[in-house]
Amino acid sequence: MPTSYGPVAIGAVIAVVGLLTFAIRFSFVGLVGWIDDLPPGLERALRFVPAAVLAALVAPSVVVFDPVTGLAVDKLIAGGVGTAVAWRTEGILPTLVAGMVTLWAAGMVI
Amino acid sequence: MDRADLRRGVGDVSPLILGMAPFGAITGVAAVDAGLGFTETIALSVVVFAGASQLAALELLRVDAHLAIVVVTAVVINLRMVMYSASIAPYFERFSAAWRAGLSYLLTDPSYALSIVEFRSESDVDRRAYYLGVATTLWVTWQLTTVVGFVLGAGVPDGWQLEFAVPLVFLALLVPAVEDRASLAAGLVGGAVAVAGLGLPLNLGLLVGAAAGVLAGLLLDDPEGRHAD
Repeated sequence: MPTSYGPVAIGAVIAVVGLLTFAIRFSFVGLVGWIDDLPPGLERALRFVPAAVLAALVAPSVVVFDPVTGLAVDKLIAGGVGTAVAWRTEGILPTLVAGMVTLWAAGMVI
Repeated sequence: MDRADLRRGVGDVSPLILGMAPFGAITGVAAVDAGLGFTETIALSVVVFAGASQLAALELLRVDAHLAIVVVTAVVINLRMVMYSASIAPYFERFSAAWRAGLSYLLTDPSYALSIVEFRSESDVDRRAYYLGVATTLWVTWQLTTVVGFVLGAGVPDGWQLEFAVPLVFLALLVPAVEDRASLAAGLVGGAVAVAGLGLPLNLGLLVGAAAGVLAGLLLDDPEGRHAD
């Protein structure tokens, strides 16, 4: 069943969510124009954002547990192979190819 | 604007398109299911330009949730981008306010991830050109694939598991981001907490995991000197 909200309500949702999302994106990027330096404590913390965020983006897609089918072994193996290839090559494409081929191969075997 | 760096950004992001396309198509299908029109669907993708929050908003609209719930949910899902904004801000410092606003609008998980790894590894890259190469490619892909999903009403067959391409690209970026003991701890804790927090509402597992990872990194950090071991 589609929504019973009309175009005005939907348009308002789009506008408000868009505006607030932009405010989030612009927050610190906007701020650096006004202040000279970020506080040193914040700068120290920012050094760890890439590793922490990337791991938090990757892990839930690789370590997948389903109450019915259990642990998704194919994704775990593909993630392991992908990590090894990423480590050796430091390249996106080799990692992508190795990971996808492993995922498909593991899916056929399991 | 350095054209070579722009092209390199496009090249670096192109493997991601494969993984993003099904996600965009699903979002287009969700817009049909929620009862949005063609113009509304395009407006949502252009104005918000953030997949997970678009999907959540569409699902909540479909079930006629209170409008405040729709807005709050979509915005909380996007809160993680505060971290991206803070992390990438120093690299955009020298651009005009108008440019910084435009670059911010294009900030997404992959545009942040690819660019921050590039900016940190190479000092002489034309940052705006590289970032625009990555981000506009993602923008065009996202707009086209949501429209395709809306028009055709179907995504890519599930069996291909193309969406797995996205975490693989992030994985390839994660390895160079781990440069010492403290950032390794940030990654390990960030990943573990994100998996543990998968059941949390509003995609909060990602935000909580990343915050926990940063904290772990700070705890092991050696402010006196960086021991790269």
